[in-house]
Amino acid sequence: MSERLPRARAIRLGWTLAAVAVLCALPFYLDAFWLRIGLFSMAAAVGAVGLGLLSGTAGQLSLGHAFFLAMGAYGYVWLAGEPGPGLPTAVAAVLAVLLAGAAGGIFSPVAGRVRGIYLGVATLALVFLGHHVLLTADSVTGGFNGRSVPPLELGGFSFSTDSELTLLGVPFGAEERLWYLGLALFAVTWFTARGLLHGRPGRALVALRDSETAAAVMGVNVSRYRSAAFVVSSMYAGLAGVMLALSFRRVVPDYFGLVLSVDYLAMIVIGGLGSVAGATAGAVFVTALPLLMTRYADQLPLVAAPGTTDGTVGPTEAARYLYGAAIVLILLFAPDGLHGLVRRLRARLRGRRAAPPPAGTTSPSRPPTSAVRAKEPTP
Amino acid sequence: MTSLLDNVFNGLALGAVYALVALGFVIIFKASGVMNFAHGSLLLLGGYLTAVLHDDLGFAGALAVSVLVTAAVAGAMDRFLLQAGGPDPHTAHVQTIVTIGVDILILTDLSRRIGGDLLSLGDPWGDSVSGLGPVTVADSRIAAIVVSAVVIAGVFALFRYTTWGLSLRASAEDVEAAALMGVRLVRVRMLAWCLAGALAALAAVFLAAFPAPGLERTTGQIALKAFPAAILGGMASPPGALAGSLLIGMTEALVAGYQSELHVLGEGFGDVAPYAVMVLVLLVRPTGLFGGKAAVRV
Repeated sequence: MSERLPRARAIRLGWTLAAVAVLCALPFYLDAFWLRIGLFSMAAAVGAVGLGLLSGTAGQLSLGHAFFLAMGAYGYVWLAGEPGPGLPTAVAAVLAVLLAGAAGGIFSPVAGRVRGIYLGVATLALVFLGHHVLLTADSVTGGFNGRSVPPLELGGFSFSTDSELTLLGVPFGAEERLWYLGLALFAVTWFTARGLLHGRPGRALVALRDSETAAAVMGVNVSRYRSAAFVVSSMYAGLAGVMLALSFRRVVPDYFGLVLSVDYLAMIVIGGLGSVAGATAGAVFVTALPLLMTRYADQLPLVAAPGTTDGTVGPTEAARYLYGAAIVLILLFAPDGLHGLVRRLRARLRGRRAAPPPAGTTSPSRPPTSAVRAKEPTP
Repeated sequence: MTSLLDNVFNGLALGAVYALVALGFVIIFKASGVMNFAHGSLLLLGGYLTAVLHDDLGFAGALAVSVLVTAAVAGAMDRFLLQAGGPDPHTAHVQTIVTIGVDILILTDLSRRIGGDLLSLGDPWGDSVSGLGPVTVADSRIAAIVVSAVVIAGVFALFRYTTWGLSLRASAEDVEAAALMGVRLVRVRMLAWCLAGALAALAAVFLAAFPAPGLERTTGQIALKAFPAAILGGMASPPGALAGSLLIGMTEALVAGYQSELHVLGEGFGDVAPYAVMVLVLLVRPTGLFGGKAAVRV
């Protein structure tokens, strides 16, 4: 590959470096509101990549992602906090990720037996049972009011506003510091997930999705790969949960409800199933859109100022309307998600540059393939 | 003993209403392979229309209008949003997410209109009760059981004896073969969605009737309990949905009824007990109680 396309490789490397540079520079220019949107988006992207691996690549529909996010978030808070073992926060974060993975492992016997839509609803049960436990196990989870999150400390450096820090004239608060942590964790997620997808495990999972019987004949250990996909996906979710907990600074049970699971599902489908970049784009879209709309809704036409209740549309509602409409419209016009949309645009551009297509023919891009098929037809 | 009978009867009534919702899920899934996340908002829409119209049209008129409108909304949603790209079974998961978008739209609008209110549906039963042997039961509960039984029997008759029912079963069995035999897939599917919408609107009446305080904006969430009901029975089997609904209704009523004995499990366990039962059943029978094993051809 490297011998064949040195130029394309260099261009690609250049783009990656530029993107990294821009992302690293952002905290020096943006205020806390935008940085918080970025933090939530990065956390969501990590979770969405995990779900994409499970539902998009391996074809196991999961509505239980919120439960594994909660395992990560609450695991970190309990392990690092009081009451709890009060471990060093970095250790607690790692253990929380492993805990979420273990939870996925415990559930994987169910996941190994149940297919398609049945698995979706079985994982739905996880969300409701988990929510019930979060509400009732007061001593660990703090009950309805939740618990506050101890800030992460790494080798004496605290990701909070406790200590003053100014870099190049910009005061570095919790958001700025967490931004770099988020970037690092997201980069880890990005490269590990791409490695998994493009390597042997990814091909095995795709084979499983398309036909279990055929995959088994080709020598894929069906039950092992199915449960491994579940465990890995849960670990990404656990990492996302830790990141969310650190950004929110408080965890409450009601956040980790069915709506959150559904949001993650929306992320990977809007982004385009089976791709890491797609899951990331979907995560940014689904996370940032409601926040931006709530903030700027009063500048939209037909929207009343916050606090008026006489039947007019308030900013929060306007944001929900637009969010719902955006989901419907994107999927109406790009059923293979943002990733597919970009791919088709790029193919069209490239085709035009290479040779102007003769009049009357359609674009040289491939028609949207059904390669994004997510599930086996339910028996 | 009386309390046991009470609980069993409550469970039966609850199960009957869940059955209306679960049957809608199953019909939609059978016809289109889509998991309809907008079912809760369709239910809320039906209830809301009955609530605002019953002053002018009377309860029966309002119910009729709301059932028709909800059916039309469900049908239009399927025809113009979900089937916009043609009836392609490969995009069932995309269509499932589209229903999430539609759910957000309808739910936001209705919550805005309902606000914090409790709407009365003007149903004729009010808060009257009757003695039935040793137990006293609300008339609305008896009505729920009777009406559900009649309606569900009617739906089964539709499946069994009408051309539409035959077409639906044929297309659920094999889409391509059905299309080749002249089944109009688009129309069959749309009618299935209409029927499911009508059932949801009907269920809303009983979910909001006494002893429930009235229609709130959270009433639609009850539709989520029909998920385990539908799954328990086997997603593609309408009689299974019925059995699953009764099981879920019973579980919920019994756990809520004996909550004081079950306090180890935490307060409000009745609400989540159906899911616990569902996981246990799925562990033993991965395709539900009535779901058949499908032969896979490679």
